[in-house]
Amino acid sequence: MSEELKPKAAAPATPEAAPQAPAAAPKKPAAPAAAAPAAPAENDCHVRTIERADFRKEMERLHKEEHMDFLECLTGIDREDDGLAVIYHLESTTTGKRTCVQVVCEGRETPNVPTVSDLWDIANIYEREVYDFYGIIFTGHPDMRRIYMREDWVGYPFRKDDETEKNNPLRMTNEPLADTTDTYTLAADGTLTKEQHNIFGEEDYVVNIGPQHPSTHGVLHFRVCLQGEVIKKIDPILGYIHRGVEKISEQMTYPQTLALTDRLDYLGAMQNRHALCMCIEKAMGVEVSDRVKVIRTIMDELQRIDSHILFFSCLAQDLGATTAFLYGFRDREKILDIFEETCGGRLILNYNTIGGVMADIHPNFQKRVKEFIPYMRKNINEYFDIFINNVIFQHRAKGIGTLTKEQCIAFGCTGGTGRAAGWHNDVRKRMPYAAYDRVQFNEVTRTEGDSYARVLVRMDEILESLNIIEQLIDNIPEGNYREKMKPIIKVPAGTYYTAVEGSRGEFGVLLESKGDKSPYRLHYRSTGLPLVAVMDTACKDHLLADLITIGGTVDYVVPDIDR
Amino acid sequence: MFDFQIVSTWLHGVLTGVMPEWAAILTESVLVALLIITLYAVFAIVLIYMERKICAFFQCRLGPMRVGKWGLLQVFSDVFKMLTKEIIEMRQSDRLLHNMAPFLVVAASMTTFACLPWNMGGHIIDFNVGVFFFLAIGSIGVVGILLAGWSSNNKYSLIGAMRSGAQIISYELSIGMVMLTMICLTGTMSFSEICQQQADYGWNILRGHVPAVLAFIIYLIAGNAECNRGPFDLPESESELTAGYHTEYSGMHFGYYYLAEYLNLFICAGMASTIFLGGWAPIYFPGLEGFNDVMAMIPGCVWFLGKTFFVVFLLMWERWTFPRLRIDQILSLEWKYLLPFTMVLLVVMALCVSLGLTF
Amino acid sequence: MKKPHIKSIPYEEFNDNETFEQLVAKLNENGTNVIVRSLDELIDWGRSNSLWPLTFATSCCGIEFMAVCAARYDIARFGFEVTRNSPRQADVILVSGTITTKMAPVLRRLYDQMADPKYVVAIGGCSISGGPFTKSYHVVNGVDQIIPVDVYVPGCPPRPEAFLYGMMQLQRIVKVENFFGTTNRKEKDPYRAAAAEKEEEILNQQEQA
Repeated sequence: MSEELKPKAAAPATPEAAPQAPAAAPKKPAAPAAAAPAAPAENDCHVRTIERADFRKEMERLHKEEHMDFLECLTGIDREDDGLAVIYHLESTTTGKRTCVQVVCEGRETPNVPTVSDLWDIANIYEREVYDFYGIIFTGHPDMRRIYMREDWVGYPFRKDDETEKNNPLRMTNEPLADTTDTYTLAADGTLTKEQHNIFGEEDYVVNIGPQHPSTHGVLHFRVCLQGEVIKKIDPILGYIHRGVEKISEQMTYPQTLALTDRLDYLGAMQNRHALCMCIEKAMGVEVSDRVKVIRTIMDELQRIDSHILFFSCLAQDLGATTAFLYGFRDREKILDIFEETCGGRLILNYNTIGGVMADIHPNFQKRVKEFIPYMRKNINEYFDIFINNVIFQHRAKGIGTLTKEQCIAFGCTGGTGRAAGWHNDVRKRMPYAAYDRVQFNEVTRTEGDSYARVLVRMDEILESLNIIEQLIDNIPEGNYREKMKPIIKVPAGTYYTAVEGSRGEFGVLLESKGDKSPYRLHYRSTGLPLVAVMDTACKDHLLADLITIGGTVDYVVPDIDR
Repeated sequence: MFDFQIVSTWLHGVLTGVMPEWAAILTESVLVALLIITLYAVFAIVLIYMERKICAFFQCRLGPMRVGKWGLLQVFSDVFKMLTKEIIEMRQSDRLLHNMAPFLVVAASMTTFACLPWNMGGHIIDFNVGVFFFLAIGSIGVVGILLAGWSSNNKYSLIGAMRSGAQIISYELSIGMVMLTMICLTGTMSFSEICQQQADYGWNILRGHVPAVLAFIIYLIAGNAECNRGPFDLPESESELTAGYHTEYSGMHFGYYYLAEYLNLFICAGMASTIFLGGWAPIYFPGLEGFNDVMAMIPGCVWFLGKTFFVVFLLMWERWTFPRLRIDQILSLEWKYLLPFTMVLLVVMALCVSLGLTF
Repeated sequence: MKKPHIKSIPYEEFNDNETFEQLVAKLNENGTNVIVRSLDELIDWGRSNSLWPLTFATSCCGIEFMAVCAARYDIARFGFEVTRNSPRQADVILVSGTITTKMAPVLRRLYDQMADPKYVVAIGGCSISGGPFTKSYHVVNGVDQIIPVDVYVPGCPPRPEAFLYGMMQLQRIVKVENFFGTTNRKEKDPYRAAAAEKEEEILNQQEQA
């Protein structure tokens, strides 16, 4: 293939190539949602704009009357002259109906929007994120603090006109951590008033778990208020691995942005990249071949098994069963071998690309995978023998950190955590993509919602994933492994959202394009952020040691939370 | 069976021949102290190497391989490193207590180490309330741990030390009760006599049959907890409290805790082999005279070390298999199950002995 | 100069021997005493074979570090498996993963908390130069801006073999160090003066409090 496209090769923009690009839509800087191409892409969001005055009432109506109980995604966006906007993706878990609304706030000095954190629990942390990035103040929010940036950070990094680098040199002083937080209220005359209240009191015994701690699975920081060994309150502090992926993507071409997805949730590298590729493909109206769909499905499932094995290993390690940790890694290496042959990488795989996959599968691929399936089915029993069926583990996990279905929905805890509580949230079933509509598989759910159920769900999902792979591995259809794409990829103007089932929940990509060769706004629905947000609820009145169990079983990956 | 007393009496004779009585005793004390310290260091090295290899084999790994043949010199290099590592002084910590704590732990474990019966006549500390002395002196270690946690001015250390205090004091009750049970059987508190009896009448675990076996199992559980080793390694539980009570210790101060951890394991195993498995006493089957004679030719210290390392292996097996318990589970295990059970066991044993149901 | 011996790998097969030789030349500028040197060698042998890493990982490279500790690659063969969670007891900090500006003071503090002799290995593109995130407003472009680095291991993430190779390079550096009578780093601790100042400041603050 002489005219093969390397992702980096698309970067130098040639003037000839631009008119040929599929950006049929006229380049309109303003009102991107309105400037959609003639045939709207299937993942177009159809954003409905709500007036600021009606916003609160409308959201309450959606929550109460239309039972939109799942706030899937909350995105801030800086539309420069059109003001700062907030986009809400809502879904009803009963009817499956989805809607997408946005609210635009005036002014750049003190832009404000009424909070919805009392309607959806997860909005609390999402709104803090938007406040941190865009400086949009959510009036009535109980805890309007920065969440990723240091408290002494100047400016709002995601605003298009922010002079981030200039205002924020590398600060080597220890980070100030206030014990107080603010609530803003909007008076009738349009002025904001600030009210301060305490997170931790003077006499609280606060222990810092993290940022450098063996069991937080990365650089996560919990301030834990203890009474004896009983946890009274947890205040998560994020951002120790906030790399500004969404912001730097705005300066990159589409193929370049792909490279960063692998590094978000590195245990879901395949799925993350799959989500972004699919989002771009659907927005551009590119249809990938069946072969690509099947390969992507198999790879996603292998990645899921890999991630769940690591979940088991790390949980065992955290609970002091070091031997079980090594047993998990022994099996994980087999998957990495398979990946390595086809993709060349062990952890960061860089395999999916816009229009297909980077390279065709290795000749050994099918053989290796077929060897792996029975091997894994046998070895998963060992996991039960050595760890899961152990009486000590059962005592430490059963009834610990129980989350009800309602709590999971309110906090948006998708993936194994939600399914352990009985919430059917599997994107593979809800909105089938790739080859998931042609395979038979069960959505593993349980009803207990405790740590033990979360472990069992993952173990069953390993078996379920093996089933999916087994159905597909012999039937990989012939075809192109990659569609031929234009040298410069331009996505038609519009707002698009695509989700896949990542290793630990719904991984979504929100893409707003203005028809350029780089995205105007790229937002990832993190799988881990809701899981961290729920920690306070899950850990309350448990012991300090249970924090480790719960943190291990809800299974978050920190770079994915911080992005 | 070789009686070590011959050597010590001979040495005493030689020394009194050239110097006054008090000087001879002083010299002997110094010699014995040197001997204990050397043995202490040697066993620590052996145990650390053993643990690293055994854990590797349990985990389908090789363990240390590259330093010396089969990694035999690995622990020596660790020791050199540790000896030359900086000892950090911290502001706002209680310097005196902070520096004293590791020595308390090591002193306690060395003194208990000296209580072990190495061979017939090879006791270092032996008197008629030996068991009592052993229990009393062993408890000093917990003071060292509590002081370490308190003086470090670190919240993790403090929580670790508090856990450790609660855990060790609780499990000492069980150990005490189990030992009482066995004293009930032997009728003496002197380690030399306990061993001598077992050499004469058979091992305690066989003589005491059912209650003794149960006591042995409880001793293994409680002993493991007493050593702060997994699944009871809460005080330093790595995944919760980074390194627990010794979080703030570096260099050789940490090295002392490291040493004491392994030696406590050895002492715990040694005590198990003394009171249950006969100490230095060889195995004895009535009727198989030829076999018994061969067994009796094996020196007592080999018997003792063999049994001890067997128990050490059991404890390591347990360590590398089970996940860690939680503090409330540990305490309820002790107070709700083990302690009442050992009390019953004591009564059962007393009944067995008084009714002559023991061998 | 005696060339340090690393089991199974001849001296010539190591990469970047030039930098290494420069380091050795610098350390031995004033010549060494035979007795002192042999004592040094004993201690260096001990130190180089007992580099206990701090369990420190910020992102992807940390997972590969776990793989290095696991059965197939087994870092325990070198005696490095005793990962310490407390920086006080660790000898080497493997900076595996991106260091953000928010994390930088924390990393610096971890480094300060470690007891001498301490070493730093920068693992992966992110910690060497910022890697794919160089342009980000919140990423430190190379940990050598905040702590002195001994060995760089490139890769994204590096393969486990690269980890082991990097650790062996570190062993070589440790093996030529001097313990008695001299210092190993000319600029012993470039941050010491700043640290002393800061200490003063903190003391004052505490007194006021």
